[in-house]
Order: sequence, then C-alpha cells, then structure tokens
Amino acid sequence: MPMTTTGRATEPRSLAAKLSNETLCTWLRDMLLIREFEVRSMQAYQNKKIGGFLHVYIGQEAVAVGTIAAATARDPVITAYRDHAHALARGTEARYCMAEMMGRLGGCAKGKGGSMHMFDRRRNMFGGHGIVGAQCPLGIGLAFATKYEDEVIDGGASRRITLCYFGDGALNQGSLHESMNLAGVLNLPIIFICENNGYSMGTATARGTTMAEDLTAKAVGYGFESASIDGMDVMAVYDGFMPIAEQCRETSRPAFVEIRTYRFKGHSMSDPRKYRTKDEEQRYQAMDPIERFTKYMAAERGVTEDEHEAMTRSVRKEIREAIRWAEKSPHPELGELYRDVYTDIWGPYRGTSGPEMHDKS
Amino acid sequence: MTRTIEYRDALREAMSEEMRRDQRVFLMGEEVAEYQGAYKVSRGMLDEFGPHRVIDTPISETGFAGLGIGAAMSGLRPIIEFMSWSFSLVAADQILNNAPKMLYMSGGQFPIPIVFRGNNGAGGQLGSTHSWCVESLYAGVPGLKMAIPFDAYDAKGLLKTAIRDDNPVFFLESERLLGIKGEVPEEEYLIPLGQATLRRRGDDCTIVGFGRPLYFCLEAAEALAREGIECDVVDGRTIRPLDIDSIAESVRRTNYCVVVDQSWPFASIGAEVAAQVHEHCFDDLDNHVIRVHSDDVPAPYAYNLEQEMLPNARKIVEAVRAVTYAG
Repeated sequence: MPMTTTGRATEPRSLAAKLSNETLCTWLRDMLLIREFEVRSMQAYQNKKIGGFLHVYIGQEAVAVGTIAAATARDPVITAYRDHAHALARGTEARYCMAEMMGRLGGCAKGKGGSMHMFDRRRNMFGGHGIVGAQCPLGIGLAFATKYEDEVIDGGASRRITLCYFGDGALNQGSLHESMNLAGVLNLPIIFICENNGYSMGTATARGTTMAEDLTAKAVGYGFESASIDGMDVMAVYDGFMPIAEQCRETSRPAFVEIRTYRFKGHSMSDPRKYRTKDEEQRYQAMDPIERFTKYMAAERGVTEDEHEAMTRSVRKEIREAIRWAEKSPHPELGELYRDVYTDIWGPYRGTSGPEMHDKS
Repeated sequence: MTRTIEYRDALREAMSEEMRRDQRVFLMGEEVAEYQGAYKVSRGMLDEFGPHRVIDTPISETGFAGLGIGAAMSGLRPIIEFMSWSFSLVAADQILNNAPKMLYMSGGQFPIPIVFRGNNGAGGQLGSTHSWCVESLYAGVPGLKMAIPFDAYDAKGLLKTAIRDDNPVFFLESERLLGIKGEVPEEEYLIPLGQATLRRRGDDCTIVGFGRPLYFCLEAAEALAREGIECDVVDGRTIRPLDIDSIAESVRRTNYCVVVDQSWPFASIGAEVAAQVHEHCFDDLDNHVIRVHSDDVPAPYAYNLEQEMLPNARKIVEAVRAVTYAG
C-alpha cells in the first residue's frame, strides 16, 4: 500500500532546520529575487514592455525554492506556464528571463518563447509549457531518458530524478493521468508536483476535481508514494519533499506530492479575481511565505534587519540591472523568423543556433 | 546484391540497423515488443534488443508520444510507433505542439530527433475512425518533416534517414503495402528526404502522387499508355520537404499535370501541390491542374463504397484524359 506522509509547518522542521545559515540565506534570497522579478514584470507588462500572457508566481515562491533545493543540479525540471520562478530557482540569470519576456534576442529562448517558455538546457530546465498538463508526458520522457542512459548507454547509476510541476488544473487533464500511469508501469524516477494554488484560472479546485480535500488520493490508484505539503513555508516544503525525493532516487519509483499554496495575484494580468473574496486573499497574504521565512531567519538564525535590508537591496539591484540589460538587448533581427524551425538549412529555413546565454556561461 | 523482402521487413531492417548503430535509438509503442508488432513490423526486435529498447506501452497515445518527445529533448532518438496514424489524433497536442515547435520555442536549445511512424490511410473496410489520411491534417505544421514511402526500397532508405534526422519526422506507412515485396540491396543505403523520383516515364502528362495511391497512378498510366497517352509518374516520396523542383521539371516537359492525393480534397496536400505547380509552371501549363482525391465523405465500410471513395485508377485515368483534352 502506498504510504501517505504529511509535511506541515507545525511539525518539527527536522531537515531544513539542520541546514547552514548560508544555505537558508540563499533560499531567502531566491524567494526575494523571484518576488521582485514578478513585481517588476507586472510593472513592465503594464507599461507594455511585455506582451502576450503573463502569469506571476507571487505567493508561491516557497514551492519552487523548497523543492528545487531538495534536488541536484542534474535532475531535470519541467513545468507549466507559471514558470519564471523555476528557471530563477534553477539559476538562470534574471536578465535572460526578463529579456525573453520583452521579446529580445538576449532572452533565454531568443525572444521566441515568451513568458510561458523559460528554457535553460545547461541547467536542466526543460521549459515552461503553455498547454495545461502537456508538460507531463514530456516529464516522463525526461525521466525515461535518465533511466535509459543509466541502463542502456552508461551502465551507470546516475539516479537522477525528474521534477515535473503542474497546477491543480492539470489534475483534470488526460495527459497527466496517462503520464502517471506510464510512469508507474515503466518505473520511472519522477515526482509529480501538484502546485495546488486553489484555482485553475477562476475555478476553485473542488469545483473541477474530485477528492479536492485530499489530492494525494489521486496517487493511490497509481500506487505512488505521496505527500501533502504546506507550500506557504519553504522549510516545510523542503522537509516534506526531501524524503519523497530521496525515496524516488533510491527506488526509481514515481511519487506524487500536493503542495498547497496560493497565488496572491490573478491567474494572469487580466484576471479581476471575482471568483474569490478579499477576505480570503487577506487570510493567505497573512501567511506570506517570504515574511514567514524572514521571521524565522531573524528569530532562529540571527539574520539582522541590516543584513535583510542588504539582501533586499542586492535583489532589487539585480532585477533593475536585468531590466536595463533586457531593454538594451536587441529585438531579434527578422532573419531569426526562419531560424530554429529545423536544425538543417533547406528552403527558406536557416538552421539553428542557441541563445546568447549559452555563449557566455 | 539485392534481396526481395516485404515492405514490413524493410521497415524492420531500417530500425534494427539504426538501433545497432546508435544506442540512443529505441522503439516504443503498442504491441511492439511481446506481441511482436501488431502488423509484425517489429517481429524479433525484442529478442535482439531487449525490453529496455523495444518497449510496450499501454493504449495511451498522448502519454507515450509525449514520453518520446521528452526523451528526445534529453538527447535520445525515439521511434514511436502508432499502430495506426488514426490513433495519433488523440496525441495531437503532443505531436503538433511539442514535437515540431520545441526547437523554435526554446530558441534553438531543444531539437527533437524523433520518428513517429505507423499505418496511414484506408486499411480496407476499417470504417471512418480507422481510415485517416493524416498528411493533410499535419503537413502544414512547420518544424516537422513527412515521408510517405512507396515500396520496400524506399521504406528502408527513407526510414533510416528519418531516424538520423535531428527533426521530428512523421513517417506514413500503409497497412495495404506492408506485404508488398520489393528488391532491397544487401549493402547499406540512405534516401534523402526531399528528393522525388520518377516511377514511370512519359511525355504527355505528369501524374504526381505520394505513397499507396502511386500504385493506382501506375495502373492508370498503364491503361493510358494503351490509349497512346504516356505519363510521367512522379513519386514525391516526402511531403515536407516537398520536392517541387522535380515535379515542376516534369510538368515543364509534359505541360499537363494531375495530382493524386488520398486525403480529402478541401485544404489538402493535393491542393497545395496544385497551387505550387500553378505558381512554378504557369507559362508551361496547357490546362489547369486536376486533382484526384478521396471523395469528400467519411470513409465508408461497405467494400464497393470504399473502393469508389478512394483515388482509384479509373478516377486517375479520367482525370488525365480530361486534363489532356483527350476525354
């Protein structure tokens, strides 16, 4: 029988609490960086410097940071369209993400993907993907490849695990369920990470999916280990996720985690949020994962106000510079239109070339 | 030295040779391993390559098509078998959004070296849901290539090239051709994608076709020759890239053109080829291009209705007579 574990903020923070101040400070800085990036992205969108759709991660920072902290840099990461945070947490420089959103050549996808398509091959970041649930079949392919490389090519045991993120809306897509079933049948080392922020666009989770009160029920039919984790506390995320990750690495068996979180802003920039109350929003804002972690770091780790202020300043500076860099990055020349359609040159197609960020890193 | 083998054997030889050559190549699909292939294409491959490289899947096209694309993002070179291209429709989001656009959306970071292959077109009284000709549905998507082999020789040579290609290749076989025998060399050979070939030579009219309907084209050309009308039969071999240069070269010589395409007429490959022939050969044509398609109806079950619906030799003969003013 699959075992269900529950990570809650109220439980002793046995794992994260043992980590060094230095490590935890990087988490805090990453969360601040994501928040600042998203706030400035919203401004840039309002100023029409960013087009298309923009889905920001404000409120959910602890999820990407806490889970990615529990993985290694070699573990593939793939997610949906609310993806800036995962790239940033993976170490993709903010300026490449910002330039991408501004449709500039310097962007991580040379301005051809936009907000929903953050890719960074060198950091094993296999994208943001735009169609709900469609990244899940790709995710099992990444996991399949890690295992195939070990079993067929290297004869090694790299024991990489794949982190496959999706929102609660994807719970109702066939692509997720086919992926879970295949991962189970083929014994793939993948963790299905449901970022349950309460709403698939404007539809409350319970209005769209069965067993919304306990989404780990979704894992039972597939025979997966599962956990339900408090996503408003980065230490709880790490504590809840790490054992699942270790077990996945050890057994090469898929697992499922529900991470309960809340997006403070709308689904996208055009969302008036009529489907939820101000009262509810305020209740969650009082649980702001950054404030919560800041308090912990001050109280338990002796991070002073000055040190926190310095961190905030450095994050602001980094994002300010990222925006400046992005704005200076050229628009893709029109020849880019026919590049990267095919790898080879034929007809009107001009072959392919990687983004600038990989020339320099 | 050549040998005579079936089309299905040619497909298997292509896959097996490429799997011996490159460990990153694997075969996945429904019934490809223990069942030995729903149409015996992969017979024996499980024994040679083992279950890590010849992999059975449940009936779950979205799942395993997407799995292949994810594996290709990681640098593997999957061959994903659709028992029928008709079933690829349930995986359309994966094969159309994720495979052909990934390189572009990622700014050149993630090529998708994958082959999707399986039976396309009418199999013989299979009814409408199982008789899809997907070429006109899919070929319009930039980023993918599409091959549609005519015989055993082409099946092997084109499939080997497709497996080595760094882009997604949609490889359209035909259940009706799997048992057709043809001569295949002992030694290795490859056929480039985007190079048409002449199946019959004649100066009076060009007939352009792809895949199985070429047999009807040749049958028609034979009948027409008895009437004194000699036809060029051009096998496009691949739909994307489309070798319009070779097609145009033939049309410039014959001044007449009939395009044969087993998909429905509206917004079809046939319409595309006709449009391109008109663009390239406007001054050379002595009549507008005439198209022969499947009738614009769902594929019927009844034998006589299905035969009437497909682009058969009679329709092609009538089209050539009409286009050359011989009718």
